[in-house]
Amino acid sequence: MNNKVNAEAVLEDQELIAKFLKETTLFLGPDPEIMQSHDIMPITDHEVECLEKYTDSHQMASIRDRMQSACDESYEMLEQMGAAPGAKWGDVITGIYSASGDLTIGSAGGVLVFSVLVHHPIKFIIKNWINEPTVGVRQGDGFIHNDSRYGNIHNTDQSMIMPIFHEGKLVCWVASTVHEGENGAIEPGGMPSMAESPFDEGLKMSPFRVVENYEIKKDILTFLQNSVREPKLQYEDMKVKLYACMRLEKRINEILSTDGPGAITACLRSTNDNVMTEVRRRITEWPDMTVRTYGTMDGTLRENALIKVNCTLTKKGNRLIFDFTGSSPEISNRAINTALPGAKGMVSQVFLNHIWPDMPRGQACFAPIEFITPPCSVVNASVDAPNSQSLMAIFLSFAVAQQAVAKFLYSVPVKYTRVIAPWYNMISTFIWGGVSQHGEMLGNLCADLNGMGGGARMDMDGEHSLAPIFAAMADIGEQEMNEEDVPFLQLVSKKMTRNTQAPGKYRGGMGYTQIVATKDSDMWGFMTTCVGSKAPSIQGLFGGYACGTYPLCKVEDVDVYDVMLKEPEKFKHSIEETMNEQPYEDAKYTTHHMGLGFSISNRGELYMISQGSGGGYGDPLERDPFLVIKDIEENLITPDWARKLYHVAFDDETLIIDEKATDKLRADYREQRKRQGLPYAEFVKKHVKSEPPKDIPFYGSWNSDMSVVYAGSNDDKRDPQNPGPIYFAHPKDVENVKLEAELESVRKEAGIPPRDNRK
Amino acid sequence: MKVLMTEYLRIDLDAENWECRVCDHVIGSARGNYKEGLLVYNRDPADIHPHVIDPEKYRFTFCPDKDWVNILEFYCPDCGTQVEVEYAMPGHEPLYDMEVDVDALKEQWSHREELTEASVGPNVKTERHQHNH
Repeated sequence: MNNKVNAEAVLEDQELIAKFLKETTLFLGPDPEIMQSHDIMPITDHEVECLEKYTDSHQMASIRDRMQSACDESYEMLEQMGAAPGAKWGDVITGIYSASGDLTIGSAGGVLVFSVLVHHPIKFIIKNWINEPTVGVRQGDGFIHNDSRYGNIHNTDQSMIMPIFHEGKLVCWVASTVHEGENGAIEPGGMPSMAESPFDEGLKMSPFRVVENYEIKKDILTFLQNSVREPKLQYEDMKVKLYACMRLEKRINEILSTDGPGAITACLRSTNDNVMTEVRRRITEWPDMTVRTYGTMDGTLRENALIKVNCTLTKKGNRLIFDFTGSSPEISNRAINTALPGAKGMVSQVFLNHIWPDMPRGQACFAPIEFITPPCSVVNASVDAPNSQSLMAIFLSFAVAQQAVAKFLYSVPVKYTRVIAPWYNMISTFIWGGVSQHGEMLGNLCADLNGMGGGARMDMDGEHSLAPIFAAMADIGEQEMNEEDVPFLQLVSKKMTRNTQAPGKYRGGMGYTQIVATKDSDMWGFMTTCVGSKAPSIQGLFGGYACGTYPLCKVEDVDVYDVMLKEPEKFKHSIEETMNEQPYEDAKYTTHHMGLGFSISNRGELYMISQGSGGGYGDPLERDPFLVIKDIEENLITPDWARKLYHVAFDDETLIIDEKATDKLRADYREQRKRQGLPYAEFVKKHVKSEPPKDIPFYGSWNSDMSVVYAGSNDDKRDPQNPGPIYFAHPKDVENVKLEAELESVRKEAGIPPRDNRK
Repeated sequence: MKVLMTEYLRIDLDAENWECRVCDHVIGSARGNYKEGLLVYNRDPADIHPHVIDPEKYRFTFCPDKDWVNILEFYCPDCGTQVEVEYAMPGHEPLYDMEVDVDALKEQWSHREELTEASVGPNVKTERHQHNH
């Protein structure tokens, strides 16, 4: 009896404690339970009932098609009406989510990774706001979100999330997302490389309501507008995203009127369940194998350093496991880290865009795939680490995943796409900001980020500057339209950068040159955000090469607009000619890594970059000589380089191929390879070192030892499961220390006493 | 039965060997690392990725920095075909990139017909509309 009374008392105490804790929560931070999962939610009793009741596959297909059309229609609205430059070139998406928050259908166009990652904030709303008396979720509500610690990639992307009700009961959710650009961060344009903590990254919105009864709340809007550099953009695109959601609601209401809410619930659940079943079946068709690869970021966007993203991909039966153990620890005060969903979302793009594009564009396509990441690493960063440049970590994750997957796919008898070499993976574009020629404060970027070169395929070359890795269908925009709003011109654009292709039997698609110069503003500047100026950011495939490296080139102390007026013949249309010939007297010509922090540019000074090439496929000696000549004719490569790399004999004047001589050149070169190559064991003995190079700051695991990770020097080894903080000094402080040491040495040598001996 | 694993490699399931698809050379055990049966050459990046701008004048030239990255080329010792290329950190061991479960592969292909050419997937080229009038 006493025991029973005691047990009841303990239970009562526990309930009281739970109630107390729930009622006195001080802070609802990012929820690890939500953020660590990419699976679809457990089936509910209501979903089971609906699946039992609605079994007509034709009805399910019809509803799914109507929802797909609704997504595509609302996507068009976003693209046509959106004010952000990103909206105009398709860096937007819309999607429909189940009542539990799982993305089931995304629009056919746009940045799928956005949609795949909006389920996290929806699940946060479901968990925390539906039953919260001070918030609640009602018909006509709209919730805004952009903090990637609560979902999505980085806080330059803003989402509007709307619940859909039928007779007072929640049926599903819809959402629209736009790469807005400006977000009030320490640098303009929404992706600050200078951010050293999350508090430098501008607006970071956990999901909260900004729309009631289909109206944007003016008080909150005013606060948001005051938090960013482009207040008009903030308002206009909130309206656009809201109306896209309302159009989705209208179309879902039409389906509700013809089929009822139960049929919609059954369609959403069965679609996700069926996709997961099909994904597991397709994985089963792959060979059981472990594939290892890694990629390196050669910098933090502030300084050069080698930062490893390590990937071991194992397939066994119907399981596919991405293991990123061995990757670099997070960098505590650099913005290149990603929250875990970002890395997963980007790897899911490999499947949705490049491997199984025939599948419904939803979360279920990636849900069965497993993911292992070390805590507090660049691919699974803590909430305290800045992540506004998470693109660096997630793009490397994409590149290693794409290369690893290709090695599984080759032997599979039934393929859904070509085996493909890694796509170029950096947003080689100009981010810009300042006061425009119209007197407006702006901060955003050029559409050229979407012009990444495609990887070579198993039976054909890659496409030039085709699409970004995060969106199969997006545009590189009309620069002339952009120039109506911004005070700079792209003096050279869409011209392929010669001799920068990734060679192979099939070459990668190449990238184009962009040369810009400020014209009509005294307060305007640029930044660039790529790694890959010392070491390539991708690999090739099956004997094909990667792309090369891509620098930022600058010409200062010149007004090229004056030159064009007075001596137009001096203007050169390529980086190669401009930098090698140095046509402008007294100008300063410099090169830099591609992590240019925001810097003010003077009128007529040149900033020059190039988009990159996708990876090459196969042995270059197998390249069809006619394709080599075609590339020469298109000025993609020079004749001397073509000869050196592809070993083709041809006439300089006519470009007619000598097939017999080509065969001999190639046979001779195969013999040369046999002479120059070392047996594997001998090579390993001669070249492999037990530690990373001493003079390069390296981060990550070395060789196959995953028990420690290096943190910048060979004396600093960390526990991969608990690496602790890593802080970089300000690059200018590093430079100052060097200069002071040099100065001291020079003074000493010259016998000049120090300026001040006091400590 | 032989399984085509990459553009230049196949596995002979009966002999359990990696083979070169170009010259039929037996590279090594399918239960091991195929790279151990190949030749390796540490290629100067400038041979593949030329200095588009003058390296005497500039630090960043479109050519990878050989102190930061090595290009490892793997050749078939019999025919000289370039089977694989790996962009590696200097001093880092080459990757054991394809560790195959040979028993599972045998079981999987016991239900399949042998392929002598890899399947390429659905046709993605469409016939362009012609104006022939």
